[in-house]
Amino acid sequence: MQNAKGKVHKFGDNVDTDVIIPARYLNTASHKELAAHCMEDIDKEFVNNVAEGDIMVATKNFGCGSSREHAPIAIKASGISCVIASSFARIFYRNSINIGLPIVECPEAAEAINDGDVVSVDFNTGVITDETIGKTFQGEPFPEFIQNIIAKGGLINSIK
Amino acid sequence: MGMTMSQKILAAHAGLPEVKAGQLIEAKLDLVLGNDVTTPVAINVFEENGATSVFDNTKIAMIMDHFTPNKDIKAATQVKQSRDFAEKYNITNYRDVGEMGIEHALLPEMGLVGPGCLCIGADSHTCTYGALGAFSTGVGSTDMCAGMISGKAWFKVPAAIKFNLTGKPQGYVSGKDVILHIIGKIGVDGALYKSMEFTGEGVKYLNIDDRLCIANMAIEAGAKNGIFPVDDITREYCKNRYQGTPIEFEADADAVYDEEYTIDLSEIRPTVAFPHLPENTKTVDEIGDTEVKIDQVVIGSCTNGRISDLRAAADVLKGRKLAKGVRCIVIPGTQKIWRQAMHEGLFDIFVDAGAVVSTPTCGPCLGGHMGILAAGEKAVSTTNRNFVGRMGHVDSEVYLASPAVAAASAVTGYITNPEKL
Repeated sequence: MQNAKGKVHKFGDNVDTDVIIPARYLNTASHKELAAHCMEDIDKEFVNNVAEGDIMVATKNFGCGSSREHAPIAIKASGISCVIASSFARIFYRNSINIGLPIVECPEAAEAINDGDVVSVDFNTGVITDETIGKTFQGEPFPEFIQNIIAKGGLINSIK
Repeated sequence: MGMTMSQKILAAHAGLPEVKAGQLIEAKLDLVLGNDVTTPVAINVFEENGATSVFDNTKIAMIMDHFTPNKDIKAATQVKQSRDFAEKYNITNYRDVGEMGIEHALLPEMGLVGPGCLCIGADSHTCTYGALGAFSTGVGSTDMCAGMISGKAWFKVPAAIKFNLTGKPQGYVSGKDVILHIIGKIGVDGALYKSMEFTGEGVKYLNIDDRLCIANMAIEAGAKNGIFPVDDITREYCKNRYQGTPIEFEADADAVYDEEYTIDLSEIRPTVAFPHLPENTKTVDEIGDTEVKIDQVVIGSCTNGRISDLRAAADVLKGRKLAKGVRCIVIPGTQKIWRQAMHEGLFDIFVDAGAVVSTPTCGPCLGGHMGILAAGEKAVSTTNRNFVGRMGHVDSEVYLASPAVAAASAVTGYITNPEKL
């Protein structure tokens, strides 16, 4: 897996899938259109500020609510290379793996990292480095079973 | 080591004598579900990957409920894509306008889910069927697609929280009040990744509609599934309805739970969740008579669109009129429920009060259509989520409540305890 490095967009607790991608845009499955409305109801400027490779950081229960795969799709298509959170809602976690959006659980990093910091993530070791504040954190690497799914190019390829 | 009820169902479908919390397993599915929002994404994945067949055309359900009757051209296009796929692969349980219902009201009614079955659905409220003693859980569209192709899914075996229910609910207290009370207690991530297993002598005082409502909102506490034991009430409901063979699983006496709670149903009061999380609960006794002025009431959804919900609302609205300026939208969950409510005379009560009755649809619950809120507007709704912007404008507010509280609030124009009418 390629590692990630980028500028941080920081959010709080319980960021739900309705603010990640509001249901009024679920009448399309187009990745580009979904990305154009990503985070719209929580941060109107997000789509203007996000750059390819940026990193999203949030605290607990990120992605709670609906099962819409449109949520991780919108985040990935907006250019985000990795989401770090204290904890993830379980359907969002599963969907992210299935569509190939890297996510890392790490409460210490999620608390300490600030909006705008430059952060890098090593997916093999789970090590997260905040280059702005000069701190490293140990995130939870994916279990082997899930690494295999990712290595095979996602869930669908893994069942072929 | 003993297994929980959920673990036993997973073990049986994985062909294993025993499973433990945290174990990764692959299990055979009895049903794979999708709706008009999630199915098109699954079909795209199916086609991009060159799949040419489904594992079993009778074990896939595609229910067009979110934006139907199609609210706009894009929604119509998504439904058409699903319909064409269903025709091509002869998906026998494809349901569109005229024979549909809100998926989690419809599937139990059709007998597609029952005791002991294992179901995944590309809709977070798939956890509803745990009310019937099934293991069912929400997944995304790629999981739905993989399930349609292979008939299997991978699971991380969940740990569990046990809710020992005692006592009998009093007065207007319904399943909705029970689950809002529990979410208020444990929080929106209180059961993250876990099973919520409901048990105890209080279960017998909860009818099937109450149990479906409680299991439905397990996801609002972050749970993987919610599940009830199978008893005579379940057997009676599933008799002559469930198309599969019911298999009754029971938790072992020495099953391990991460936490245990005792909930005395007789002490629960009508409960309302304030914006913008289902955990922000207050009992009606903690809400002032004119504290929250409302503009709209929605009575329906996969949480509370069943016949007992409509009866509870009608019971409160009978002989009364809506407060001036309040819109009340009643949405029966399925065609069958719609017809039953009509025959029981409930529609007369609703329309006499000044409410409207809609065809089944998820509609306003997720801010799709049929009752969107403007900036500054407030709604009391029997739905399941009150997130920012859920029913419309980001500056609107949703208060979650039971059908009785919603109906009483429609009458006064403020969030109201039905006991006070």
